[in-house]
Amino acid sequence: MKLRRSLLPLVVAALIAAACGGEDPAAPVGDETDDPAAAEETDGTEDGEADAEADGTEPEGDDDVLRVAFVYVGPVGDAGWTFRHDVGRQDLEDALGDRVETTFLENVPEGAESERVFEDLARQGNDLIFGTSFGYGDQMVAVSEQYPDVVFEHATGYQTTDNLGTYFGAVEESRYLEGMAAGAATESNQIGYVAAFPIPEVVRGINAYTLGAREVNPDATVQVIWTSTWYDPEVEGQAAESLLDAGADVIGMHQDSPAPGQAAEAADAYWTGYHSDMEEFAPNAWLTASVWDWGPYYISTAESVLDGSWESREYYGDMADGIFDVAPFGPSVADETQSEIEARRQEILAGDFAPFTGPIADQDGDERVADGESMDLGALLSFDWFVEGVVGQIE
Amino acid sequence: MNETVLVLTLAAAVSAGTPLALAALGALLSERAGVLNLGIEGIMLVGAVTAFLAADASGRPLVGLAAGVLAGAAFTSLHAFLSVTMRANQIVSGLALVIFGTGIATFLGQSIEGRPLAARLPRTSIVGLADIPVLGRVLFSQDVVVYGTWVVIVLAALYLTRTRTGLALRSVGESPATADAVGIRVAAMRYAHVIIGGGFAGAGGAYVILARVPAWAQAGTTNGIGWIAIALVVFASWRPLRALAGAYLFGAALRANFALQAAGITAVPAEFLAMLPYVLTIVVLMVLSATDTRSRLGAPAALGAPFVRDER
Repeated sequence: MKLRRSLLPLVVAALIAAACGGEDPAAPVGDETDDPAAAEETDGTEDGEADAEADGTEPEGDDDVLRVAFVYVGPVGDAGWTFRHDVGRQDLEDALGDRVETTFLENVPEGAESERVFEDLARQGNDLIFGTSFGYGDQMVAVSEQYPDVVFEHATGYQTTDNLGTYFGAVEESRYLEGMAAGAATESNQIGYVAAFPIPEVVRGINAYTLGAREVNPDATVQVIWTSTWYDPEVEGQAAESLLDAGADVIGMHQDSPAPGQAAEAADAYWTGYHSDMEEFAPNAWLTASVWDWGPYYISTAESVLDGSWESREYYGDMADGIFDVAPFGPSVADETQSEIEARRQEILAGDFAPFTGPIADQDGDERVADGESMDLGALLSFDWFVEGVVGQIE
Repeated sequence: MNETVLVLTLAAAVSAGTPLALAALGALLSERAGVLNLGIEGIMLVGAVTAFLAADASGRPLVGLAAGVLAGAAFTSLHAFLSVTMRANQIVSGLALVIFGTGIATFLGQSIEGRPLAARLPRTSIVGLADIPVLGRVLFSQDVVVYGTWVVIVLAALYLTRTRTGLALRSVGESPATADAVGIRVAAMRYAHVIIGGGFAGAGGAYVILARVPAWAQAGTTNGIGWIAIALVVFASWRPLRALAGAYLFGAALRANFALQAAGITAVPAEFLAMLPYVLTIVVLMVLSATDTRSRLGAPAALGAPFVRDER
């Protein structure tokens, strides 16, 4: 008797949860939306049910339609990284219409847990699977080897297999332009930078940002704080506040939420965002941001899988490709700064300027890149030192 | 670290600790009645999403707060029904509340994902007090919910120790059979305090969305602070004033990581500091689950046990 009583709430909850899921036929991805949250909390029963359900209702053998799945590390509503990928997914649907069918999973944790997610998606008959976070790498390699007929694409990754490609963009180009806006805006010459993890991708961005800031303001420094999270609004906001408390008057960020901008807005400081145009979150603080546009890449990749021309590669797009750009400037960016930045932007688009062109010194003042030389892609992808002007350490 | 930074860090700790204090008070009231409520995280999410929707529609943050309180209380009545009337296992019911609350909040929040909330709680300095050096900035230049939290915490402390109903509540938590024998309506007391406790947890969630984070972010909105709140109750030996102090301490621990990094102190790795509040939570929850230490800490003796009159 006691045992049965103890199970009652779980049954009730499961029934209600099931009812809620069914209430929303208009949103075809509704089930997926709820699923990862449940997976995170229960790591068991509910999730298994959902999988079984998905397996059962699968339209088998529908070969004309390319089934494309997206695995996101945050929620599609993060207004940042994941949001932009999901906009890309929608662009793909709009462009290819009936030829593709897309699904997505949100809030999928990085690391070991993601392996099951990729395996499930492969087993459910998806033809093309995009993983959009760095920490899925090892798991995607493992699953891609198990499912050689499925095409995998890993954003920000560095490992490839025959059916696993990587894609990313040289966002350091627009980071440099962002940095110019920050360097021109700061009065205290202290710029704060809220950064997720000390990995080459993030370090590269910080360095380009700092070089840009110091081009227009040689006295500017960029102080880095590590948050150890891609997405946690509370933590991101606290990190930004700490930098502002310490005297920074411009905040840059490599995070997924607009929380650092909100902190800057509250402190009457300035802010450069990331991933998407986040101006509405902090209109007074807003300077600009590097924004991603994944749609064209998702469309061309899906088309190449459809016509059979897809091959595993390491795609590293640049600003001229249109995979990213700087966002429209906020009202607090001076006209002359805007035209200075625009001039640099045109040089980058024309291939006449690369952010990492010497002379570049490291934090100790030692020259690491000689005058006139540019760092090659290999050096950029394994960046593990800060340029002069960055305050902070790569742990 | 210079003095200003220290002051600002303390001020931030007070704001960061406020949702914890409110949620911990909710859990505390419930536990004092003998009902363990592990569903705080789910209740906070329901409170947060409702607060966003109401504040957004009305343009008034305090309407959002009220909506969060009501939603939290209404949602928690499910736990009250299951644990008091159905006498279900309170741990299972509480966990079910987390899962269900996360799901329903995610569902309700679909329309507001990634949108900023314009109607945010403004900072309201208390005239006169805000000019006191250090303390003025730390304590009296906050928002109305921070001040309101002090009021409800003090009232709750007085209620528990100085009123007849408070005494009745404690007896329900310690020995429901005895309470029943002297004519206290055990089930009614439990219902009332579990549901009111849910209202406070809802307020905590509402505060998170109205003052702390920029947008609705599903489970990431509260990101586990409901669990810290439960641990905090034990940490505070089921006393409201200690819960408030503990909440500010946790708030400071959360912030210390970045304040130290910003001050250029890197002797302790950032990852270690980021982990601290959660390590503290695990330790405290371990203590909670060991029965002999529980009584020594002052846990209500009947905590977690359903009351059945026949079995008296």
